[in-house]
Amino acid sequence: MNWLDICDLNEINPLGARIIAGPKGDIAIFRTADDQVFALDDRCPHKGGPLSQGLIYGKRVACPLHSWQIELDSGEAVAPDQGCAHRHEAKVENGRVLIALQNVATPAACA
Amino acid sequence: MKKLKLVMVGNGMAGVRTLEELLKLAPDLYDITVFGAEPHPNYNRILLSPVLAGEQTFEEIVLNDLNWYAENNIQLMLNRKVVSIDRKKRLVTADDGTTAEYDRLLIATGSNPFILPIPGKDLAGVIGYRDIADTQMMMETAKTHKHAVVIGGGLLGLEAANGLKLRGMEVTVVHLGDWLLERQLDATAGRLLQQSLEDRGLKFLLPKLTAELLDNGEGRVCAVKFKDGDVIPADLVVMAAGIRPNSDLAEQSGIACNRGILVNDTLQTFDPRVYAIGECASHRGIAYGLVAPLFEQAKVCANHLAQLGFARYQGSVTSTKLKVTGIDLFSAGEFMGAEGTETITLSDPIGGVYKKLVIKDDVLVGACLYGDTADGGWYFRQIRENHNVSEIRDHLMFGENAIGDTGHQGQNKAMSMPDDMEVCGCNGVCKGAIVKAIQEHGLFSVDDVKKQTKAASSCGSCAGLVEQILINTVGGAADVKPKSEKAICGCSDLNHGQIRKAIREQHLISIPAAMTFLNWSTPNGCATCRPALNYYLISTWPGEAKDDPQSRFINERAHANIQKDGTYSVVPRMWGGVTNASELRRIADVADKYNVPMVKVTGGQRIDLLGIKKDDLPGVWKDLDMPSGHAYGKSIRTVKTCVGSEFCRFGTQNSTQMGIDLEHALFNMWSPHKVKLAVSGCPRNCAESGIKDVGIIGVDSGWELYIGGNGGIKTEAGEFFVKVKTAEDVMEYSLAFLQLYREEAFYLERTVHYMQRVGMEHIKKGVLENAEQRKALHERLLFSLSFEQDPWKEQLAKPQLKKEFDRIALLELETHA
Repeated sequence: MNWLDICDLNEINPLGARIIAGPKGDIAIFRTADDQVFALDDRCPHKGGPLSQGLIYGKRVACPLHSWQIELDSGEAVAPDQGCAHRHEAKVENGRVLIALQNVATPAACA
Repeated sequence: MKKLKLVMVGNGMAGVRTLEELLKLAPDLYDITVFGAEPHPNYNRILLSPVLAGEQTFEEIVLNDLNWYAENNIQLMLNRKVVSIDRKKRLVTADDGTTAEYDRLLIATGSNPFILPIPGKDLAGVIGYRDIADTQMMMETAKTHKHAVVIGGGLLGLEAANGLKLRGMEVTVVHLGDWLLERQLDATAGRLLQQSLEDRGLKFLLPKLTAELLDNGEGRVCAVKFKDGDVIPADLVVMAAGIRPNSDLAEQSGIACNRGILVNDTLQTFDPRVYAIGECASHRGIAYGLVAPLFEQAKVCANHLAQLGFARYQGSVTSTKLKVTGIDLFSAGEFMGAEGTETITLSDPIGGVYKKLVIKDDVLVGACLYGDTADGGWYFRQIRENHNVSEIRDHLMFGENAIGDTGHQGQNKAMSMPDDMEVCGCNGVCKGAIVKAIQEHGLFSVDDVKKQTKAASSCGSCAGLVEQILINTVGGAADVKPKSEKAICGCSDLNHGQIRKAIREQHLISIPAAMTFLNWSTPNGCATCRPALNYYLISTWPGEAKDDPQSRFINERAHANIQKDGTYSVVPRMWGGVTNASELRRIADVADKYNVPMVKVTGGQRIDLLGIKKDDLPGVWKDLDMPSGHAYGKSIRTVKTCVGSEFCRFGTQNSTQMGIDLEHALFNMWSPHKVKLAVSGCPRNCAESGIKDVGIIGVDSGWELYIGGNGGIKTEAGEFFVKVKTAEDVMEYSLAFLQLYREEAFYLERTVHYMQRVGMEHIKKGVLENAEQRKALHERLLFSLSFEQDPWKEQLAKPQLKKEFDRIALLELETHA
């Protein structure tokens, strides 16, 4: 896997997110209360809302436009909504946030 | 640790709901065994009537299928009736010899139909109406036989009669009382109901006392004989003359019973290891036969079974609804009227409408509606919340007048809506989809409907309609709690009022502290509770509680309004709607520099720059060099003004200056919801003071203050609050009211809804009656505001806050990789 170094963990607020200007559009990188990080394309499967701007709780984010709830680890919308945000691998190593971009075609990106 | 053993006797709605609640609270505490006398998993008993009427199938009304029991590791013993409880050995035994030991026992045996003790009661073709077997038997009989007699003109009897008629039988309803549904309706409404059921082909005999059921010679019923000697043919007799709590098992095992198993406020019986719930239990002398109270009991019982030990059941006010398609009937509370009560009646027998409201000591205590039940839910809420209705008494009869007046073609009667009509204009949900979801998923509350269908989950203007549809579909089982009684969200059982109180009394000053003290069930809440908690903390403990930006909606974090494409709109403050050439020039320059796609004048008398990228926000703020307009927050928005006495030939007061002063005073005020003010210089009211949270109208002799106006989803005219003489008074009274609202309202409750909840009297008492109290409120608001500063300036001044607006470039990184 091709890991890219993004930033220091503490450059993302706990329960916060930052935007990475990716090669194919914005990627949202989220930090949970227990310092896990997750990366999703910054587009809600509903109407393309910027998930990075949503409110984060547990391992979910609520889209700022219409409050769809998206699971950070899978990108899946929580029922009754259906849809999936494109996911990228992300991890923290030695206090640095790393991500590995997944192509849209990679089946692992969406269950 | 070895798990405790929980045995449940009875597999019905109340019992299974208790298990569901228990599994939410303590999923691993018990090994659970359930005994059910029927061969079916838990189904929605209140929907037996639609099954009989052919509107639904049995499969559709199953609430928990067999998989549910398996997934939750519940040992399910179907077709096994428990015949004894040995409380010493803590052992139950079923009719087939199966035994199970328990540490805790939950008795949920429900009720039995009351079978009249008359000759012939044991003949074939004589049944009660209680379960799916009875329903199936009725459906079979209808295929081969003609005459049906239903004994009992209550809810169940009428629903059975209606269903049998629809299945092709000739049906006669025999009733002992003087009118139908005498426990739900008064005489007038009962007769109207009888009329419309007769129009559908049902026959009625009342008051009539049944004496005997006659044998056809082969052990099957063939006729009903009455005390007065009359005889009518009957191939099927349905006894629907009431239910009796099924407490035999408990009684045999020595547990105290008196028309039901006696339970205390924790649903515990006289044996502390044994709980009882549902129709078999008698709480403070009442055995409830409706679903809504049973669900409340379930919650409390589960709380104690889970060893939390703080919930308490104190009885329920109930409402009922007849589930016969096309007949509109609703009653709640003490609708009969007794000593010390007053009644208001509207009677239109030709139009088929009858309404009766019962009032006691200025509080609505009962309602009985026939023909037009659109306001049933609203009356029910008034009854449960004990509102003082003296001020709205003259129009109380006309209900909430518009359940929601935008987004659904002005429709306010769910009953008359066709299935394909849109109810929720935000999410495009039709009535049929809502009804289907309610039936198929066994929903009982508006929140359940929201979760399942998304209806009413955005702007909420259709929540009243959804509530009506719910009531029409599940009747008295609908859980239509007011916000003041509802849990804040799925993260806690506490309601907004309890949370506010705890934060104040326990001096809680951070979200983690509040969540720990209040036993939050999730580690960091959700998008519903966190913003509310954050507001409660900072408004209760200004200067002590630290604002948590991560618990705010993006608009209040970015200090701009997010748009559909993820860009933002920026509205700089123009005090009182007054601007000047240099501000306008700067706005124009910003529009040019940042290629702003749209510049628009707002309804709040200022200018909106739309389509700004998030990264550009700090630059825009800097170049504008104007304060934030807070057009994005649950906060003070604007103070709209007219030109007033300075220029206008009609103006009586300097409304413009008054507005500017108020806006300066309230700058940076966070509030439960958005707050808008207006000041007009004369009663022509050009600033539209009548639809603002605080509307001020200048008159020659001073100023009139109106509060609780709203121009949004549902237009609400403000109510006259007080008349004062001076501009200083306007300031003090307005700020004092707003502080009271800030301290007492629930998060996302506009002033109008706050006012409706607590009542105008309460607000007048808090602000008008006592000058010291008013000054103290005023002072507290000023103290609170002393900690706030212009958020745009603050963001620009603190680089660590600016981080939020920078995006991380990845392109060059990728070339390295």
